[in-house]
Amino acid sequence: MAAAEARKPEPSAKAIHGQNSLMKARKPELLATASSPAELERLANAGADALLVGGPPFAARAAGPFDLAMIRDAARLLHPQGKRLYVLVNNLLDNAALEALPEYIRGLAEAGVDAVECGDPAVLMTVREEAPGIGVHWNAEMTATNARAAEFWGRRGASRAVLARELNGEEILAFKAKTSLEVQVQVHGMTNIYHSKRRLVESYLEHSANTGRSFVLRGRDGSDAGGSAGLPGAADAAQGLYLIETERPDSRLPIFEDEAGTHIMSPDDICLLEVVHELLEGGIDAFKIEGLLKTPEYNEAAVRAYRTAIDEWLRDPAGYEFREEWLEPVRALQDPRRELTFGFYYKEQVY
Amino acid sequence: MAAMTMPAAKGRRVRLERPEPLAKADGQKPIAAAKVRKPELLAPAGSLEKLKFAVHYGADAVYIGGQKYGLRSNADNFTLEQMKEGVAFARGYGAKVFCAVNIYAHDEDLDGLEEYLRGLEEAGIAAIIAADPVVIETAQRVAPGLEVHLSTQQSVLNWRTVQFWKEEGLPRVVLARETSLEQILEIKRRVDIELEVFVHGAMCSSFSGRCVLSNHFTDRDSNRGGCCQSCRWQYDLYFGEDEPVLSGEGDRFTMGSKDLCMIAHLPELIEAGIDSFKIEGRMKSLHYAATVTGVYRQAIDAYFADPAGYRLKPEWLEEIYKAANRPLTTGFFFGEPDADDHIYGPEPKGAPYDFAGVVLDYDERTGIAVVEQRSPFRPGQEVEFFGPGGRLFRQTLVELEDESGARIDVARHPLQRVRIRTEQPVRAMDLMRKRIAGA
Repeated sequence: MAAAEARKPEPSAKAIHGQNSLMKARKPELLATASSPAELERLANAGADALLVGGPPFAARAAGPFDLAMIRDAARLLHPQGKRLYVLVNNLLDNAALEALPEYIRGLAEAGVDAVECGDPAVLMTVREEAPGIGVHWNAEMTATNARAAEFWGRRGASRAVLARELNGEEILAFKAKTSLEVQVQVHGMTNIYHSKRRLVESYLEHSANTGRSFVLRGRDGSDAGGSAGLPGAADAAQGLYLIETERPDSRLPIFEDEAGTHIMSPDDICLLEVVHELLEGGIDAFKIEGLLKTPEYNEAAVRAYRTAIDEWLRDPAGYEFREEWLEPVRALQDPRRELTFGFYYKEQVY
Repeated sequence: MAAMTMPAAKGRRVRLERPEPLAKADGQKPIAAAKVRKPELLAPAGSLEKLKFAVHYGADAVYIGGQKYGLRSNADNFTLEQMKEGVAFARGYGAKVFCAVNIYAHDEDLDGLEEYLRGLEEAGIAAIIAADPVVIETAQRVAPGLEVHLSTQQSVLNWRTVQFWKEEGLPRVVLARETSLEQILEIKRRVDIELEVFVHGAMCSSFSGRCVLSNHFTDRDSNRGGCCQSCRWQYDLYFGEDEPVLSGEGDRFTMGSKDLCMIAHLPELIEAGIDSFKIEGRMKSLHYAATVTGVYRQAIDAYFADPAGYRLKPEWLEEIYKAANRPLTTGFFFGEPDADDHIYGPEPKGAPYDFAGVVLDYDERTGIAVVEQRSPFRPGQEVEFFGPGGRLFRQTLVELEDESGARIDVARHPLQRVRIRTEQPVRAMDLMRKRIAGA
């Protein structure tokens, strides 16, 4: 077929696809993120089939830091229950980061991790070399927009495609129909809409301090500006650091910095519970609840809601009907300033 | 001109590890430099006319966008016929034409992709610049005569990923703008592949491709050419219950970066072995393309004519400023950008010059040039005529005549042909810029 394929046979591809078809026999997976071992256990108990965690320096936008020991413990907790553990290795890596990568990947394999979620070919190749037994979930964030690109990554060893959140419902279903890979769709929570390597908040605070303005930010003040102020990190965003664009006063965009740079998040939370049956009918393999910057209480409510909907659909697809009451516990905990929306599910974009 | 000071390396210059010492003990310039290959100068060409000027002013290659699949949906993108004409023109100068096919496609975009790529190949396009694997694979399969260069939209930062794309059969990778010079050197050492880097122009402040602000604010897909530059809009930073983080009035938050300019550091980039120096700006004017390309052409040629005696000429900087839109920075080349590398508050005013006309013809006998108007000019105005290689002179416009020889008091009409007596000889494709009143 493709010239590249003829040039470079993938010895691992067959094994991966074999694994793939086994996975396909499984029921749809409800995937949640966890910020701590306690939250991981809680969300597993609430009905998540798989948990996604990660930590510095290889994860971007992990819900909370998990080191290797915590990852090992998490795998030990989840596997006896038939649940799976995935680890984010989704940073765009520079040369220096590559040095520790093989050892980290081997560590993940030894810890029993089921798959790595990544979007840099360097990580994909390293996993294939160091830990050929574990899955690769290809997550190129907003650039994962068509099934043939997913197939490309599948032939190079990816077992699952994580879809861009900017696809609409029709595109999601068409994507699934055209790929042999597992397809993961985010059904709930916020999304990353901008990622910079620059330290934008820190730079802005420094600029403002230099022009005579003072600031107060959770235990730090302007007198610290320019070096010792520390990062306005995810903890700040969780407590409410956000941007407002001048002409959109009702849209609050959470913003935070970490080792991977500056992250700006969506002003609303996706909630596809009402249409989750359409995705189930379309054969979507994994339904992700993004728990970043949310409380464990909130995430538990979301997991329970989707667990109920998925189980109801599995029990009786023909008679399935969405019930508003499933969503009520989520609504009760929803930040009133953040709307629950269908995201891009019904949108037509122009360009 | 205070806002226009050159981007300095701000004392953060990294010590560059090189395979051999570059400077000899007696302070002479490196011998190694003489062995360095001359890099390609790659310029933007947003239209057929801009292509011709970029090539005429010294580009070794230009990159264009076609009617589909490019990331500048608002540019005057090329038809296949225009591409053929552009390729023929470029060949006359020994220059190549590349085409950006750099969207991240949705399924609906893929109908017609094969035909489109075959068309580019047939039109004589030398390479496509692509990010989406579906475009890369399809081009390799249906249009093997096209080289595939990996776009900066893939945000490649490390040698292992460069190696991956090399093994996929790509002869060239355009590195992420977040790559430092030190990192470029390491990639170059480890992987034998052509590396292309941006040396001049506007920059995404996000990792390229990793921004959907436009999608969220305006339903325009930034990764398919719909970017509306939301990063340059104005924002306020709040904490908790609508508490502004900052006291008092002042500049608002923005993600907008200063523009990249590496003219002051060309020897370092050349000696690093970078294969292609890329200028950003398919949406910019013909004047911008010609001016910036002309300056980098002169600087690269001056270096290779005499590496030891090379020095940065002040007039090159002046020319750059005449085309500059924003204050300038060295980006990530020498370290991570900080507060000085971003634009806060109102964007400073651009160049104090405006593009005024194109020389179509010159009569040596009479000393009269025919100039095609690009913005109004009138007698008494100070203008500059300039051409490739740094030819430049200033004069005040005296008499203007229209094509019939009738005296006019202002060249008011776009594309109007105006006869001007020039104080020095000019040539077709020289350009005329005017000083903006009050600047």
